[in-house]
Amino acid sequence: MSGDGIRLLTPEGERVTHPEYGLDAGPEELRALYRDMALARRFDAEGVTLQRQGELGLWPSLLGQEAAQVGSVRALADGDHVFPSYREHAVALCRGLDPLVLLRLFRGVDHGAWDPDAHGFHLYTLVIGSQTLHATGYACGVAKDGSDAAVLAYFGDGATSQGDVAEAFNFAAVYDAPVVFFCQNNQWAISEPNARQTRVPLHQRAQGYGFPGVRVDGNDVLAVLAVTRAALEHVRSGRGPFLVEAFTYRMGAHTTSDDPTRYRDSAEVESWRAKDPLLRLERLLRREELADDAFFAEVTAEGEALAVRVREGVRSMPSPAPEELFDHVYAEAHGEVDRERAEFAAYQASFAEEG
Amino acid sequence: MAATPMTLLTALNTALRDVLADDPKTLVMGEDVGRLGGVFRVTEGLQKDFGEDRVMDTPLAESGIVGTAIGLALRGYRPVVEIQFDGFVFPGYDQIVTQLAKMPARSRGLIRLPIVIRIPYGGGIGAVEHHSESPEALFAHVAGLRVMSPSNPSDAYWMLRQAVQSDDPVIFFEPKRRYYDKGEVDTTASDQPPAHRARVVRPGTDLTLAAYGPMVRTCLDAAAVAAEEGRQLEVVDLRSISPVDFDTVRESVRRTGRLVVAHEAPVFFGAGAEIAAHVTEHCFYHLSAPVLRVGAYHSPYPPSRLEDEYLPGIDRVLDAVDRAFAH
Repeated sequence: MSGDGIRLLTPEGERVTHPEYGLDAGPEELRALYRDMALARRFDAEGVTLQRQGELGLWPSLLGQEAAQVGSVRALADGDHVFPSYREHAVALCRGLDPLVLLRLFRGVDHGAWDPDAHGFHLYTLVIGSQTLHATGYACGVAKDGSDAAVLAYFGDGATSQGDVAEAFNFAAVYDAPVVFFCQNNQWAISEPNARQTRVPLHQRAQGYGFPGVRVDGNDVLAVLAVTRAALEHVRSGRGPFLVEAFTYRMGAHTTSDDPTRYRDSAEVESWRAKDPLLRLERLLRREELADDAFFAEVTAEGEALAVRVREGVRSMPSPAPEELFDHVYAEAHGEVDRERAEFAAYQASFAEEG
Repeated sequence: MAATPMTLLTALNTALRDVLADDPKTLVMGEDVGRLGGVFRVTEGLQKDFGEDRVMDTPLAESGIVGTAIGLALRGYRPVVEIQFDGFVFPGYDQIVTQLAKMPARSRGLIRLPIVIRIPYGGGIGAVEHHSESPEALFAHVAGLRVMSPSNPSDAYWMLRQAVQSDDPVIFFEPKRRYYDKGEVDTTASDQPPAHRARVVRPGTDLTLAAYGPMVRTCLDAAAVAAEEGRQLEVVDLRSISPVDFDTVRESVRRTGRLVVAHEAPVFFGAGAEIAAHVTEHCFYHLSAPVLRVGAYHSPYPPSRLEDEYLPGIDRVLDAVDRAFAH
């Protein structure tokens, strides 16, 4: 195993074998994986642009992590449930979430209010690591229900320092919860490198909790898919949780508010550019003549159409009505909220009376 | 079935037993709640009767307990969580404030988290550090949470049942020094007022004493003493501090013209401050005296040999009553 983890596709686009993990993927599936990654990359680029144009308040770019996200989410079955962090835009797209619904969060129209059950895709979670516990509890519920569904929890290398992630590992282990912990180790937690988060490779943490953990080349979509499938099979069989560390790289800034030139070398970024997840799959598709120029042109055009739809949709997105401040704070009537709602309405109405 | 006498602790245990029996989605979870029945025995016998799957001993980690309860609720379960002691809730405070309280609103109501977090709270039992605190204001300040505390066995039974039935997250503070107080509980009298309604537990004409949880009995005792001195104090059991039933408080104050609010929690930024501000704003011309607050001091909970000085007792309540009448 290379330092980058389990690998089935080299950066040069050559297939390699692994003694434990293999993938029997036909041309159609390979093209679909490429398409997923290319659309996610185009969507992500549009997010950055829209933020720069002042249309979004913030955008956390996924650039460089397309294979880690697409490979893992495509291993799921329909009834499975995902608990994302806040950078899982490719996962969201693949689960079928309308990108415009996702963008409402970053537009400041809502806090990310999609129906988790509609796509088996929970809300984005901004508090680092919190969602790993929700995933664990959800997985405990799945087991109580006697369902064969599985849960996939995304988090980053920085989150592994959080107590909640440690507690999630332990709760999941002692309850044999059917959850795959999927850590996208993108090397940087804003400005802090892995060395400030851990003294051991992250996948080795699992051993201390009594469940398996492996590192996979997070820029190799084939390996990520194969490893996540195996991990899901493991948790579905009642053998408890599984940790996958996808070794990848955050090519862009932490968010549009960040300036990574203050803390990392361009040489490091360039070395990872050579391991680009889309490029290596494109090389494979071309080398084995599984896709032609027309296919790539078609995907590019589809990406542009997505970008246009997203751009227009964001710009025409209405702001919420002021009274919505008071909606849904509680399921049942709450005297203080009711009183403040009435006061607010009277205050708003006072302007109308003044004309 | 007629009312039967039981302790507040038995009332809570009975309520948990009844909600577990009524709804297969209800779970009880926490540290030592299973085989041991909880350190106070509130969950006594529940695991034996409902199984480990529904009465879950958890690892010793409060954030993990609350966070996994949220996940279970997302899957359709109704967890009733026990935090072992008031002072140990804080590792779970992050999950309660950032996730439990906010997720329903941020999902625009698509997500409901019907979770009850039971916390034995308050002092007066000679305990060591972190075992006697009253942190309820820290929860009442958080939009999205309901915060309540029963003062007697009947309320303990019915308010806990209502809390479990609520689709909102409820922080349920149990007055641990009143666990062995006895009272009549009629588990068939389901026509109870909602938990967020206050109750006048002793009518009076001269001054309103508002309290909740363990201080209600203290205030009732104080009112009995005051009656011997010819003062008729009305005691209002608030029962809930988020929301506060201000209607009942205002109605009482407009009749009596005087208000003293009592709680074990420190006075500074406590529930009494909110009630005093509200009553001053809405009952200004009915007041014959400033609203006074009685509570603990702005210092960490002291060693138990000092808790009688730190906690408000009958004398401190009556001293505030005297000061209210001095105006």
